[in-house]
Amino acid sequence: MELMNTELIDWSRAQFALTALYHFLFVPLTLGLSFIVAIMETIYVKTGDQRWKTITRFWMTLFAINFAIGVATGLIMEFEFGTNWANYSWFVGDIFGAPLAVEGILAFFMESTFFAVMFFGWNKVSKGFHLVSTWLVAVGSNLSAFWILVANGWMQYPVGMEFNPDTVRNEMANFWDVALSPVAVAKFLHTIGSGYVIGALFVIGISAWMILKGRDVLEAKRSMVVGASFGLLVSIFLAVSGDESAHQVAQQQPVKLAAMEGLYKGEERAGIIAVGILNPDKKIGDDLPPLYGDVEIPYALSLLGYHDIDAFVPGLDDLVLGNEKYGIEGAASKIEKGKIAVQALQSYKEAKKIDDKIAMAEARKLLDEYMPYFGYGYLEKPTDIVPPIALTFYSFHIMVGLGTWFILLFLIVLYLTMASDITRFKKILWLSVWSIPLGYIAAEAGWVVAEVGRQPWAIQDLMPVGIAATHIDAGNVKVSFWLFAVLFTVLLIAEIKIMLRQIAIGIKGGH
Amino acid sequence: MKITNIVTNIIFFYVDGFRQMKVGKKLWLIIGIKLLIFFGIMKLFFFPNYLKTTYDTDEARSMHLIEHLTKERQ
Repeated sequence: MELMNTELIDWSRAQFALTALYHFLFVPLTLGLSFIVAIMETIYVKTGDQRWKTITRFWMTLFAINFAIGVATGLIMEFEFGTNWANYSWFVGDIFGAPLAVEGILAFFMESTFFAVMFFGWNKVSKGFHLVSTWLVAVGSNLSAFWILVANGWMQYPVGMEFNPDTVRNEMANFWDVALSPVAVAKFLHTIGSGYVIGALFVIGISAWMILKGRDVLEAKRSMVVGASFGLLVSIFLAVSGDESAHQVAQQQPVKLAAMEGLYKGEERAGIIAVGILNPDKKIGDDLPPLYGDVEIPYALSLLGYHDIDAFVPGLDDLVLGNEKYGIEGAASKIEKGKIAVQALQSYKEAKKIDDKIAMAEARKLLDEYMPYFGYGYLEKPTDIVPPIALTFYSFHIMVGLGTWFILLFLIVLYLTMASDITRFKKILWLSVWSIPLGYIAAEAGWVVAEVGRQPWAIQDLMPVGIAATHIDAGNVKVSFWLFAVLFTVLLIAEIKIMLRQIAIGIKGGH
Repeated sequence: MKITNIVTNIIFFYVDGFRQMKVGKKLWLIIGIKLLIFFGIMKLFFFPNYLKTTYDTDEARSMHLIEHLTKERQ
């Protein structure tokens, strides 16, 4: 078997990872801040208090800066699909294109239309219409995210399609199965939740900085109340949606779950590793301990993954080598079935060339039967199904650890702003400031878990990344990788500089 | 007449909005430069659509993929 040169695949993957991670530096703040601004404006419209209008306009300007710098950075990934991942793009057919098209037509236009009213409409349209526009921008941004995550969810859990060997494409059989797949919905809720938390951290962090500097203290405190209340609610929502996300991973991508937890030997009543260090020498099937210094929360993984405290959670050994007792098929058997599927596609192609209808029908029947294992036909050995464990494990634990910290921080900040005088608690204020980057680290770590944890698959079980990539010159990919690295870094620096300048002007200063 | 008024009002709404922009002007400049780099350089020189530029028909593209998926796999 020949998968393609690994240098090309690695650079193509690195380029996609770079653009996706940079894109996701801009997106979450748009998702979260849009709702916070809408809440602030609602308070202004309800109370008629001009201070709330000033506060709303300040955060709205920061929202606009982030939106403008981030807009269109996602387009790069569409370029990459057509160039670096052409085989994948053809194979997924309209499944991937449809949600993205809906996103472009519905959500993006809705967002941009009301964006103009939101910024140009102060004093020109009624308060009510302006408020509705602000809410619609928030809803539109989140709808955009929904369709993108539907596309991503399909790659993690391909449903609602049929493979057509004549066109060599997957064709959509049921739009709603794709759009409302449990993986896509869980992914959407968890991802927007992370955006809301980043928005809330941004608001309390910047407000804390203003209080520390003695600038616009009253407005900053009011902003903090909104940011911390919103943050507390959404960080709890994030934990709940994370639970559902993990449940879906357990059902559809058990190898990813095992890697997230560093679980090699499956067990009933499995616990979650709260902290631990992976044993770098550990290999599939050996008897070395998988972790050092681990602290476990008993039963939690069975409960999280299967909503059953007694459930058996398969480990990497079970999933790679198989486990008869629990009816888990090993990867070697799946690879054999995958090879039958690939062979059936080849037979179909040859039969079609000579217009042998009977042979075509036979090959088609075999292909349909083994299609769920198609991607395994390109793997060389059972351990190929295992993703990079260390990266997945540590990213997951960083994400969860930070998520827990955010709940605590929002709780403390809300209590101190409501029941005490937060201006006296300088350490908490500085912690709020320094938690802004932590929000981004947590969100990016979440993406690493989702995307690295599903390796080797471009499409779960159907297409490994080595088959998805295009045979192009690796040199070109390297050059464009560095161009993107420079371009996105410049954009990030521009965003930070413009934001800092605007923040320095202050809440009241800008208006 | 009424429709003309609505259109004129919308145009003035945008023109006036753009005129009064402060930080927005800088942001539009960044958006313009960014799109120019994306489409004028990146897309043009580094990201041609491989299947569209290499093959003329969907049939040829399907053939390419089936060859790719079945070549030397067994």
